[in-house]
Amino acid sequence: MKERIIGQVKRVNGPVIEAMGITDAMMLELVKVADSRLIGEIIKLEGQNAVIQVYEDTTGVCPGDNIYGSGMPLSVELGPGLIGTIYDGIQRPLEDIYKISGHFIEKGIQVSSLNKDKQWCFVPEVNVGSLISGGSIIGSVQETERINHKILIPPEVSGVVKSISPKGDYKITDTIAVVETADGDKNITMVQNWHIRKPRPVKERLPLNIPLVTGQRVIDTLFPIAKGGTVAIPGGFGTGKTMTQHAVAKWCDADIIVYIGCGERGNEMTDVLKEFPELIDPRSGKSLMERTVLIANTSNMPVSAREASIYTGVTLAEYFRDMGYHVAVMADSTSRWAEALRELSGRMEEMPAEEVFPAYLPTRIAEFYERAGYMKTLSGKVGSVTLIGAVSPPGGDFSEPVTQHTKRFVRCFWGLDRQLANARHYPAISWLDSYTEYLYDVIPWWEQNAGPTWSEDRASIMELLQKEVRLQQVVKLVGPDALPDSQKFIIEVCTLFKNAFLQQNAFDNIDRYSSIEKQMKMLQVILTYYKLGSETIKRGITLVKLKHMSVYQDIIKMKFNVPNEDLKLLDKLMAKLERSMDQLESTYV
Amino acid sequence: MSKIDMGEKQKKLKAGLEYIGVDRIDGPLVFIRKTHSVGYRELVQCIDPHGNTRLGLVLDTSKDIVCVQVFEGTSGLTMPDTHIRFMGEPLKFGVSEKMLGRVFNGLGQPIDDGPMPVAEAELDVNGMAINPTAREYPRDFIQTGISVIDGMNTLIRGQKLPIFSGNGLPHNELAAQIARQAKIKGSKTNFAVVFAAMGVKNDVARFFVKSFEETGVLDNVALFLSLADDPSIERTITPRTALTLAEHLAFNKNMHVLVIMTDVSNYCESLREISTIRGEIPSRKGYPGYLYSDLAELYERSGMIKGFSGSITQLPILTMPNDDISHPIPDLTGYITEGQIVFEREMYSRNIYPPVAGLPSLSRLMKDGIGDGMTREDHPHLASQLFAAYSYVKDVRNLASVIGEEELTPLDHQYMEFGETFEKTFVSQKMNEDRTIEETLNIGWRCLNILPREELHRVTDEEIEKYYGR
Repeated sequence: MKERIIGQVKRVNGPVIEAMGITDAMMLELVKVADSRLIGEIIKLEGQNAVIQVYEDTTGVCPGDNIYGSGMPLSVELGPGLIGTIYDGIQRPLEDIYKISGHFIEKGIQVSSLNKDKQWCFVPEVNVGSLISGGSIIGSVQETERINHKILIPPEVSGVVKSISPKGDYKITDTIAVVETADGDKNITMVQNWHIRKPRPVKERLPLNIPLVTGQRVIDTLFPIAKGGTVAIPGGFGTGKTMTQHAVAKWCDADIIVYIGCGERGNEMTDVLKEFPELIDPRSGKSLMERTVLIANTSNMPVSAREASIYTGVTLAEYFRDMGYHVAVMADSTSRWAEALRELSGRMEEMPAEEVFPAYLPTRIAEFYERAGYMKTLSGKVGSVTLIGAVSPPGGDFSEPVTQHTKRFVRCFWGLDRQLANARHYPAISWLDSYTEYLYDVIPWWEQNAGPTWSEDRASIMELLQKEVRLQQVVKLVGPDALPDSQKFIIEVCTLFKNAFLQQNAFDNIDRYSSIEKQMKMLQVILTYYKLGSETIKRGITLVKLKHMSVYQDIIKMKFNVPNEDLKLLDKLMAKLERSMDQLESTYV
Repeated sequence: MSKIDMGEKQKKLKAGLEYIGVDRIDGPLVFIRKTHSVGYRELVQCIDPHGNTRLGLVLDTSKDIVCVQVFEGTSGLTMPDTHIRFMGEPLKFGVSEKMLGRVFNGLGQPIDDGPMPVAEAELDVNGMAINPTAREYPRDFIQTGISVIDGMNTLIRGQKLPIFSGNGLPHNELAAQIARQAKIKGSKTNFAVVFAAMGVKNDVARFFVKSFEETGVLDNVALFLSLADDPSIERTITPRTALTLAEHLAFNKNMHVLVIMTDVSNYCESLREISTIRGEIPSRKGYPGYLYSDLAELYERSGMIKGFSGSITQLPILTMPNDDISHPIPDLTGYITEGQIVFEREMYSRNIYPPVAGLPSLSRLMKDGIGDGMTREDHPHLASQLFAAYSYVKDVRNLASVIGEEELTPLDHQYMEFGETFEKTFVSQKMNEDRTIEETLNIGWRCLNILPREELHRVTDEEIEKYYGR
């Protein structure tokens, strides 16, 4: 696209620039500012003036500097080469920036999002004369061992295939097909652009009834999320938002992970970069990096790019969804994105609403989360985008606007609890504050795949946890001795459940991931312990004797000792439990 | 093309242009009308009626009016006789290894009667963001000799670990002790301390100088002092100057730099002051909406970079207003830094030094820097077990305060005893006591000996065999 001067800088105030003498600019157009060609976007037009949000540091920009228009909105490049790459908030590959500018990120760097020189082996999947429409698959590229990258027709193109290249190596910018459309012939390459603020079209939304299995017991068993669903993880600092996001990103059964580090720590992204290539996905046996795209806009990188990073990430996710993949997007943290909105809004001197956030905050949050879904794509395949957003409420107070508005638009809520985190109970997902609206949607799947009693067992343990809260209140008033053994036993079982089941060690080679079968069996062991134990207590056995059974220690350590591949050990443990209970009764009754 | 060249040339020509008289002076800000086009964040020299030069920075620039922030304050400036010179470049700081052992003001000008060291490099004080792909993930354990830090909130080389304190608590003593005792196991390396004082009292600055003197490290310390009686505006640049030197030492001179910044609360207050005068819409408690981004610009200037052996470890100190950890300053800091060490007044009044609150304190980088080959194989599980047990102690204490200690179960009594011993022997130590990591871990196990073996869920059977009951 040819560059043209569309106006001059009038005022500079941080990342917000006022421009004057605007002749022909369009709303949300991508522009470059000054001789150093800083990337920006037009966010307001008024007569001859415009307001531009600049994605880089504006130090040194002077009034009178030229503004260059690009004629297109801020877009991402979609094509082979995305997987395993780490991008900044506006899809510039950080590895390439590193090669150009070294350890620090200089401004005004122009790099291509995708490698334009690399050759990919393209395999055609349509013939000359085929009728195709927007979103159709015309071929594929084996991008990584695990990801078969489908080459899609851009959504606005439809017609008849006039020519298609044979199998062979091509660059992404080579024409691989020509489509005869109503407006003449269109050359199709392996790369397409898409405006980040516009959702990619789909054929229809489908109901959500398959869970996203994360391998995290508290999530899968207590608060499951469906593929295509939305979830918020709020928690004060140090409660483990990032750790939970990392755990889900590592072990969930999505095909592709888009991890957006939005306004968070630089070392966290380095951690992902270092750790993911080394970790092996339990399902495919391949490195986790082979299914991951990273977007890093750390807290010291420019604030407006932080605003864009969320959209960049979700657009990439939609692109993979259109190929028929299940994509999970981790956004860490959406509060930083909301704060970026607030900062920019303040610089534009807009009228503030609650807590100085702009009045359009809820609209933006809603627009973002509605891009999730389980979809039938334009090509007729089925794919999904699941959005998992961390929220960082100031002071850990969930009544603040970002948490509250997010709660309105998500259907699953994993509230992180400060007290649990303080006791180093991780994941610190509170079983009292959290909820999921997907429960009834996923029950059939669970009962089919894990066991017919799943929802019943889940309900029993939830009921026990609720009872425990009331009992703990009594204990707080009158002390534990006031309770009868049968009620003390409920507290005991809940403590066991928390230690042996809910707590999960992300750094233990066995415990970091639990298959659904293991989760189900572990839950049944604990419920059996409760059932048999309360009967024994009714027959007069004291709680102390129950606790001294050696099988009790085995239950506590089962999460570490039973690998996912060897669940027979849990059956054995169950048998041992039943035997021990019998022995106990025969000894003492 | 020629048009652009012309523009560049004109900009260069106009750099250094001086204007006589300003249009408005408001607090630390000066406003000038009808200038040439001035760059955003350009360096400004402001010459007062007596001919003294003060430094400033362009905060807002437009065709009609330019807003300049003057670091040394505006007192004594007059509207007609103040000269303003725009320098056409951002604020730079000439750094040099020779700055170690010297004392500077907040802007990096020497105040120890020595000459300005010859600069080895001129660097932009705002720094630049480190590319996340260029970072080296920090994982070298630093032994501070303080049990509660080494054992439970381990400091890692390249980490940013703030101390959340309150007025009257011994944060300075702890920071000085860490600076004195910090060492990497089994290695002798080039190290330096960069100390940035922002709005602290003269006595505090003297305390640190004395402490560095006594241990004979003063030659490895560069001090940047912007004390309580210096203009508050100077504080906004002090940490940046200090960190610019730290970056030079770490990444050009391959040194391991420990940056102590005290007190970040004063820094934030100066930001609030400027923001209010500029008429910006305030966010929480009147602090500007960009406080998070601004603090991140400071804290993120730490870490390690691939291919360099140097590192920057940050130890910012902040006093929580009214000991409130949910106040915006500690709150936002906690979201950026890699953990925090939180002081508790109640512990200090029980004569426990360092009064580090066990539960809210955290080191995020600890997980990768401890364990077999780095500290000792039982360290991760032991720390986790101590946290769990101590957390239960807190519950028991709450319970005891309601129902009375007599009503507690025998197990709860054991926990109470564990809590006491843990605080008295593990957390508490002398200000000059330097414990090795092995000593620290052994004390931890001695505390756990008080609890019955069945209560230890987080340590493995082998570890119990090896260490429990000894």
